[in-house]
Amino acid sequence: MIRTVKDIQSGLDKGEFSSVEITQEYLARIEALNPSINAFISVTGELALQQAEQADRLIADGEASALTGVPLAHKDIFCTDGVLTSCGSRMLENFTAPYDATVIENFKGENAVMLGKANMDEFAMGSSNENSAYGPVRNPWNSDCVPGGSSGGSAAAIASGMTPAATGTDTGGSIRQPAAFCGITGLKPTYGRVSRYGMIAYASSLDQGGPMAHTAEDCAILLNTMAGFDPRDSTSIERDVPDYTDDLEKDLSGLRIGLPAEYFAEGLNDGIARCIDEAIAEYRKLGAEIVEVRLPNSNIAIPAYYVVAMAECSSNLSRFDGVRYGHRCDDPKDLEDLYKRSRGEGFGEEVKRRIMIGTYALSAGYYDAFYLKAQKLRRLISADFAAAFDKVDIIAGPTTPEPAFNIGDKSDDPVSMYLQDIYTISVNLAGLPGLSHPAGFVDGKPVGLQLIGNYFDEARLLNAAHRFQQATDWHQRQAEVK
Amino acid sequence: MQWETVIGLEIHAQLATNSKIFSGASTAFGAAPNTQACAVDLGMPGVLPVLNAEVVNMAIRFGVAIGAEIGEESVFARKNYFYPDLPKGYQISQYELPIVGQGQVTISLEDGSSKLIGVTRAHLEEDAGKSLHDQFPDQSGIDLNRAGTPLLEIVSEPDMRSAKEAVAYARKIHSLVQFIGICDGNMQEGSSFRCDANVSIRPLGDDKLGTRAELKNINSFRFLEKAINYEIERQIELVEDGGKVVQETRLYDADKDETRSMRSKEEANDYRYFPDPDLLPVRITADDIARIKAALPELPEAKRVRYIEQLKLSDYNADLLSSGRDISSYFESALAEAPELATQIANWILGDLTGALNKSEQGIADAPVSAQQLAGLVRRIADNTISGKIAKEVFEAMWNGEGDADAIIEARGLKQITDSGAIEQIIDEVIAANPDQVQQYLDGKDKVLGFFVGQVMQRSKGKANPGQVNEILRGKLKR
Repeated sequence: MIRTVKDIQSGLDKGEFSSVEITQEYLARIEALNPSINAFISVTGELALQQAEQADRLIADGEASALTGVPLAHKDIFCTDGVLTSCGSRMLENFTAPYDATVIENFKGENAVMLGKANMDEFAMGSSNENSAYGPVRNPWNSDCVPGGSSGGSAAAIASGMTPAATGTDTGGSIRQPAAFCGITGLKPTYGRVSRYGMIAYASSLDQGGPMAHTAEDCAILLNTMAGFDPRDSTSIERDVPDYTDDLEKDLSGLRIGLPAEYFAEGLNDGIARCIDEAIAEYRKLGAEIVEVRLPNSNIAIPAYYVVAMAECSSNLSRFDGVRYGHRCDDPKDLEDLYKRSRGEGFGEEVKRRIMIGTYALSAGYYDAFYLKAQKLRRLISADFAAAFDKVDIIAGPTTPEPAFNIGDKSDDPVSMYLQDIYTISVNLAGLPGLSHPAGFVDGKPVGLQLIGNYFDEARLLNAAHRFQQATDWHQRQAEVK
Repeated sequence: MQWETVIGLEIHAQLATNSKIFSGASTAFGAAPNTQACAVDLGMPGVLPVLNAEVVNMAIRFGVAIGAEIGEESVFARKNYFYPDLPKGYQISQYELPIVGQGQVTISLEDGSSKLIGVTRAHLEEDAGKSLHDQFPDQSGIDLNRAGTPLLEIVSEPDMRSAKEAVAYARKIHSLVQFIGICDGNMQEGSSFRCDANVSIRPLGDDKLGTRAELKNINSFRFLEKAINYEIERQIELVEDGGKVVQETRLYDADKDETRSMRSKEEANDYRYFPDPDLLPVRITADDIARIKAALPELPEAKRVRYIEQLKLSDYNADLLSSGRDISSYFESALAEAPELATQIANWILGDLTGALNKSEQGIADAPVSAQQLAGLVRRIADNTISGKIAKEVFEAMWNGEGDADAIIEARGLKQITDSGAIEQIIDEVIAANPDQVQQYLDGKDKVLGFFVGQVMQRSKGKANPGQVNEILRGKLKR
């Protein structure tokens, strides 16, 4: 039986347990399971207990806010003051952040408890968590399988009960795909909804932080704390933050859900297709009206994404040069040697591949053909969605074309790895919110259903997913970890 | 063969903001290394730039001042290259959509004519830090205090044809940016005003531009002129010897007065410019521009024309008095006290006052003699209270802090003697005491008149009105 953030809130509220007790329980589970699952890069037990004690005092004094005393894990991409922030890379294996990301600050402001920093693909580049310098993460449902990526540590930690919820980031599917692979719920908010300050950049125009948890309701609770305008992030949007739990119970009758034919075409695993069909039937039962929509430019999303993401990352990762912080090679002969060896040793293969491709795409003579063209494709993809949202309120489909694959299966074939993100990537290119929730199993592996909403329509996605979860129990299954 | 020189300048003006262009760190000069570099300036993982709105206002002010187009949308771009004092591995600059478009300024040439010089564009960017190569044995230090300092890069058209024109243009921009209050113009300390010159030569009459060399590291107008002249000579000599100018960056060495190759085009970086995804495009409305325009002070060129046409100053004086904000505001404050004495005030400012300031190495803004005091002095000359000669004594006393002109004249008894009876009496005494000289004068030696004037002035302690003395002397010594 899973335990949700909501359960912990109510337990703390009723005095059934203290924050210290519940924190100790999670720390014990981490100690038992993390050696095999490897979902955490750092476990901050001492700090967590301090925070829990402080939270218990606040609760006793009646000064608690929503997340006071609730233990959480944070993806190791968020800078945390005084705590190792590695971003899954050898480059930052010695980097103790001197400040908190805005998202972390927001959680600290509510006196939530940080259990540790979750494993991830290096610099969020990957769909399997195999690209971590701290070793691959195992899928709690099947230890031969990957948990997905790049927020694979966050997803696996939740699925294995090492944390009730976690933060993740999503540049091309990095919250939704691991959520699908691990049988949990994850939300990528509208671009600009959650501050990127202190979140180590992979592709700035696509990156967005979001909540990962067992339920849509927990995602709503976390999003309440994460969302909001941040003057330190020029791309964050100044717009009121609703209480995302307000509309959770709303009736779905009349909700128009669009199914894009392109998301059910060739390449989709039969088992997943069946699960999605059944889930859609459930939505129909809940009162939704199912409509077919078209997203004709879906086929260009992957090339557009990889040009934009790699171009931006080639520049974003230039700051890791061995000069001011991070890995520095031994005894550099001269400046060029310092750069070449520090970066050569500090970065893993996939990161190097993306930096090189991105550098090429921005080079004189290629810029127009690649980067500019990709930006044009991006506008076409956004226009597809705009047209679809004229007809429907939500777009639904599979989160991934296949369930979790075996560790090692795709690590030598980057293109087949990149195809994992085929249904999730367009959402980032358009800047829309997207949610994945559990919708069944194929061969004992979880299946995710993706809901895509219009800009700032997070509340509607959470409402739909919550109603679905009230009618189903896929999200309540707990992986049995040996 | 006759050669024509073609010069274009790239000027980096540091904008006079309190904080940096993309962070809240201070821009003050002279702090201990790395004490004015925050997480954003250090390029820490995860940090993001936030545009300082004041730099946009300042750039627009410059654009309005040179009559330039200001686009509705302006975009920041990343210029990617590796260097230890460039923390992010890219510089945030502007590429395709700069904030200030095509404009122009007028320069005055030595022959009194004027010439229009085109400004291609001006864009905003952040400065890099500073590498220190001589402070640690076998190591280089990096000071990132300067990293993120706002710069306006002003790019001219290749419209200048001599080093003198280039200097006139650079001076014009230098005074303009100070005038509109966007740059302190300091070329040494913190080098808030820096020039790079693109120099090429071509056969006179050719339309095609020759291959250019870019001269860097020039930190005074004198060196700008010398560096360009050296470079022109080098290129002519090279081409006339059958060589070819290569496109390259050359460093000016002031000690040796020569330019040296720094890097050639082959070694040049591909900067991989692309729009910075961390910053939104800057939108500028017609209202913004109108508001900034309305708040702009009268510009140097308008002042120059007004000084000549309304105040009837000479071109030379008008040029100098409109060349800087401090000098023109001093002039105009003095003028407010004595509006009818523009020429005399101008002469005093550009003569005795400038001389004294140069001697004491002070700027006019710190002059010990205030504009009001100077006007008071000029007025006393004009109304014949004192002579021009006595005025110099009064000026010196004012400079030394003895008070206003009237007080000094009173205290020292310097009031000019204009009573002809009194002057006559002195003259009579002088004539009586010098019979030999009287005879010489009567014999036709005109020069002796000067002797008598001198004697009279001496006896009157310089207070006799020289005009009256001359007139009365001539009458008394009639031949």
